[in-house]
Amino acid sequence: MSEMKERRDEGNWAKPVEDLVPSNVPNGALNTVGGKQALSPIQGFGKMWQKTYSVTLQGADVSPQEVIAVWKAEFPTFWPRSASFYAPLTGIEPGEVALLDAPIGGGFKLSTGVFVLYADEESFTFMTPQGHVFAGWITFSAFRTGEGPTTAQAQVLMRAQDPITEIGLTLIGHRKEDAFWLATMRSLAARFGVEGAPERKTICVDRRRQWSRAGNVRHNVGLRAPIHTMTSPLRRGSRDSG
Amino acid sequence: MTGFAARSGGDGVGVIAIEGELTAGSEDALTAAFTEATSGGEQVVLMDFSGLDYMNSGGIGLLVTLLVRANRQGQRLLACGLDDHYRQILELTRLDEAITIYADEAEALAAAAA
Repeated sequence: MSEMKERRDEGNWAKPVEDLVPSNVPNGALNTVGGKQALSPIQGFGKMWQKTYSVTLQGADVSPQEVIAVWKAEFPTFWPRSASFYAPLTGIEPGEVALLDAPIGGGFKLSTGVFVLYADEESFTFMTPQGHVFAGWITFSAFRTGEGPTTAQAQVLMRAQDPITEIGLTLIGHRKEDAFWLATMRSLAARFGVEGAPERKTICVDRRRQWSRAGNVRHNVGLRAPIHTMTSPLRRGSRDSG
Repeated sequence: MTGFAARSGGDGVGVIAIEGELTAGSEDALTAAFTEATSGGEQVVLMDFSGLDYMNSGGIGLLVTLLVRANRQGQRLLACGLDDHYRQILELTRLDEAITIYADEAEALAAAAA
């Protein structure tokens, strides 16, 4: 049996879980995540992409640790208004599950969530659940190169979860996602008084599609998005009266 | 000390011994070790994690891209020397579905040769 030593990264990682359980389902939020499993890019279907969005906080006297502390604490405020992030009650901590709504076009919203896989003072990582648009993780980090200013970065390592989301991402989704994260990085920079010029770098890590994962489509939350969007006022109303 | 030492494990297996930290900053060193470990046409690469003492999510991301590279070249990745903590992380991130885990190098080399 292997010994269990204390590691420096011990508290930074989520503990193993079978199924995801959100700790906070606020009024208006739809829990499509409970009972699902988190997926890595390996379990996805489409091409694998690494997308990096960064902004240099030129002129801001702020350390990487300070940037990450603010980013965690005020995470929902940096998102475009069209999307909602329902932070866990205990904040962005390893093992927590957060729900979110994101616009997918046509007036519909995708209700999904993320699992906090990792968090330390200089970075935190979300892992996506079954049914999300993509399988993978998003790492938010801040760093300094030499004596230079702090740079904030969001890096997505992903595959579309199924053939339908692969088509959607190819046609419009990647562009919408780029716009979403670039707007987020601008908002983050503005929080530190910087008129940031965020940059994007996209690398196709693997051009192959994993047809053995095409069956992920059975979890696709987007297919139910029209129903979820239309019943949203009913959910809000029933919670208000309850 | 952080480093990645590559050597031959015999029978078409390259071994990379991971020492110290595995983070996003390890990319160049790990890629170089992978290239060296497969320079003799090895089709199996065994990563020995017994010297690992720190890994963040950037390190796990590196393992994914290394796995893609290996698959693209028709190579298999194996792992050994993981303590309970790092084994749990590979399970949590579901990398264990693509990287077969063995207790130690001898067991991994025996399995690779079988």
